[in-house]
Amino acid sequence: MEKVRVGKKILDENDRYALENILLLSRKNKLCLNMISSPGSGKTTILARTISELAGKIKIGVIEGDIQTDLDAERIRATKAPAIQINTNGACHLSAVQISDALSKLPIEDLDLIFIENVGNLVCPTDFNLGENAKVVVLSVAEGDDKPAKYPAIFAKSKVLLINKVDLLTSGASIDFDLDKVKADARRLNKTIEIFPISAKTGEGMTDWCNWLIDAATRV
Amino acid sequence: MHEMMVAESLLKTISAEASRRNARPIGATISCGTLNAVNDETLRFAFDAIAKGTPCEDMRLQIEHKPTQGKCRKCDRDFEIEFSQPKCTDCGSEDFALLPDAPLMLEEIELETD
Ligand SMILES: Nc1nc2c(ncn2[C@@H]2O[C@H](COP(=O)(O)OP(=O)(O)OP(=O)(O)O)[C@@H](O)[C@H]2O)c(=O)[nH]1
Ligand SMILES: [Mg+2]
Ligand SMILES: [Zn+2]
Repeated sequence: MEKVRVGKKILDENDRYALENILLLSRKNKLCLNMISSPGSGKTTILARTISELAGKIKIGVIEGDIQTDLDAERIRATKAPAIQINTNGACHLSAVQISDALSKLPIEDLDLIFIENVGNLVCPTDFNLGENAKVVVLSVAEGDDKPAKYPAIFAKSKVLLINKVDLLTSGASIDFDLDKVKADARRLNKTIEIFPISAKTGEGMTDWCNWLIDAATRV
Repeated sequence: MHEMMVAESLLKTISAEASRRNARPIGATISCGTLNAVNDETLRFAFDAIAKGTPCEDMRLQIEHKPTQGKCRKCDRDFEIEFSQPKCTDCGSEDFALLPDAPLMLEEIELETD
C-alpha cells in the first residue's frame, strides 16, 4: 500500500471564481457586500429600505439568491434598483460562479455598491467566498439572543452585524432578547465588528447604517 | 447541504490521482477547520452514495478538524480558540484577532497497486 500526499484545497474551484470577482470589483472600485442570515430575518426588507434612503446618494444593485422564485428580486425592482435573481434549485448557499454570471448581467458601471442577498441560512453560506469586500450578518430579535454563541463562524467572519426588528422590543410583543448580551457575545468573537440595531419597518437606526455604507462605498 | 458538492470534488480529485498512478484508492484523509459547515456523517454518506460503482467504492474517509487559532492583541501569542469561551489561553484577554480558519483540504490518499 502506498500513501500519496495530495494537499489540495477541495473548494478551490469556488475560490478561483471568487478571485475573478474580487479582481473585477476592485478594478472598477465597486463595494460588494454579502448579506447572510436565517430565513426571514428581514434581508430583503432592509435592502429595499436602504435603497430608498440612499436614493440620490449612492447607486445600489442587488444580486438575490433564493432556492426558488424571483419574488425577492421583484421586491427590489419595485424600488427602481436593478436586481438579478439566482435560483439555487435546492443548494443551501450561493457560489462564486453564480455571482460571476450575475455581475455580468448587472449595469455595474452605473453602480457604487452591489449587495448580495445570500440564501436564508446562517451556516453554509459562511464557507463560500463570493469575492465580496465584506460579509454583513443579519439577526432579528425574534430569533433569540443565543445566536452568536451557537453560530460563531458567521459572527466571527462578518464586518457588520445588523440586529433587525428592534421595533418588536418595544411593541408590547413579549420577546426575550438581551441586546447588550448579543453585542458582547459578538464582540468577544470579533472585536472590530460594527453593530447597528435597526428596524427596517419603522426606520429606526437606519441612518447610522446608511452613513456607514456611504463611508464604506467612498473608501473602496 | 453542500456536502454533496464537497463529495463530488473529492471523488473527482481522488479518481484522477488513482488512475494517473494506475492504482486503486482505499482510503483518504481530509482536513478542515472548526468553523467549516461540513458535517462528517453527511459527507461520508454523500461520498458513499456517489462512489457506488466507481473505483472509489468502499473507500475509508478520515476527517480531521483543525482548531481555529486566534492571535492575542495583548500578549501577541497565537492560541487555539475555544468557542464556548473565546479568550487568550495565555493571558485571558478577550481582545484577539481571528486567524483564518483552515480550508477544506484533501491531505492524503492511500492507494493499492496489484
Ligand atoms: N416587525 C418587523 N418586521 C420586519 C422587519 N423587517 C422585516 N420584517 C418582516 O419580516 C418578514 C420577513 O422579511 P424578509 O425581508 O422577507 O426577510 P428575508 O431575510 O429577506 O427572508 P428570506 O429571503 O426568505 O430569507 C416580513 O414579513 C417582513 O415584513 C422589522 O424591522 N420589523
Ligand atoms: Mg429575502
Ligand atoms: Zn494573550
